[in-house]
Amino acid sequence: MRVICPKCGERDLKEFYYQGDVLALGRPDPDADETLWNDYLHNRDNPSGVREDLWYHEAGCSAWIVVTRNTATHEILKTELATSRKTAEEGNA
Amino acid sequence: MLKLSAKMPFDDLLPLSVGTVTLSDDTPENMSIIDCPVGTEAKVSEVLKSAHGMGLPAANRTTGSAKNRCIWFGKNHLLLGPKPDDALTKIARLSDVSDGYAVLRAEGKDIEAVLARLVPLNLAQKHFKRGHTARSLIQHMHGSLTRVSDSAFQVIVFRSMAQTLVHDLERAMISVEARASLLK
Repeated sequence: MRVICPKCGERDLKEFYYQGDVLALGRPDPDADETLWNDYLHNRDNPSGVREDLWYHEAGCSAWIVVTRNTATHEILKTELATSRKTAEEGNA
Repeated sequence: MLKLSAKMPFDDLLPLSVGTVTLSDDTPENMSIIDCPVGTEAKVSEVLKSAHGMGLPAANRTTGSAKNRCIWFGKNHLLLGPKPDDALTKIARLSDVSDGYAVLRAEGKDIEAVLARLVPLNLAQKHFKRGHTARSLIQHMHGSLTRVSDSAFQVIVFRSMAQTLVHDLERAMISVEARASLLK
């Protein structure tokens, strides 16, 4: 499997560390409702199909990458820097 | 009183030659990480150019020459050779890492074959040209690879990993040489 790092280009899977669901980018407010925190900490969807993950280019440029991939076909549809997504969100807020 | 004496990372290990490939210590006197605050890359590049004669390299590239080089280093840039000018410290965040990294020059006809055994990248000349650099794995170590000539690469790892780097490269050099001698 090859992952396209937005900075380094196409790289071997073994350069990456897999973190899990992208929801870590959307941490709830410290005062948020308990159900929100419960969801954030414990509840995960397990879709067969397209999902977004956080991957870390550990042995490369050290960037956190949002990978959009299809769990049914193993196809990687899109990769982008987590920082660019964070900046976009803050810009919209 | 206890007297401490300075040692270079590859003392007692290099130079080393096997087959057509030679490894030598290429650790410069000064190494600094240049970290640009967001949005200041262009300005830092300008200051770097007027102070040291080269701009900030783009991702996966290097600028400068042998004694005065700046390489892309993932999240930031690494300046090799000169002591950073004061003007740079005013605009960018600089860390002196002169004792933090070990720099090795690996040169020879079969160097691509040797590195192919350790690095999960296509380092062939037509794909990875002079001035190209990459952060990747060298066996199981994180490191930086830069092509400095048609037959030479600069390899950088953490200083504490210098001996491991030489060990891994030497084993790969021995296998490449053994294979070549069988085919003769």
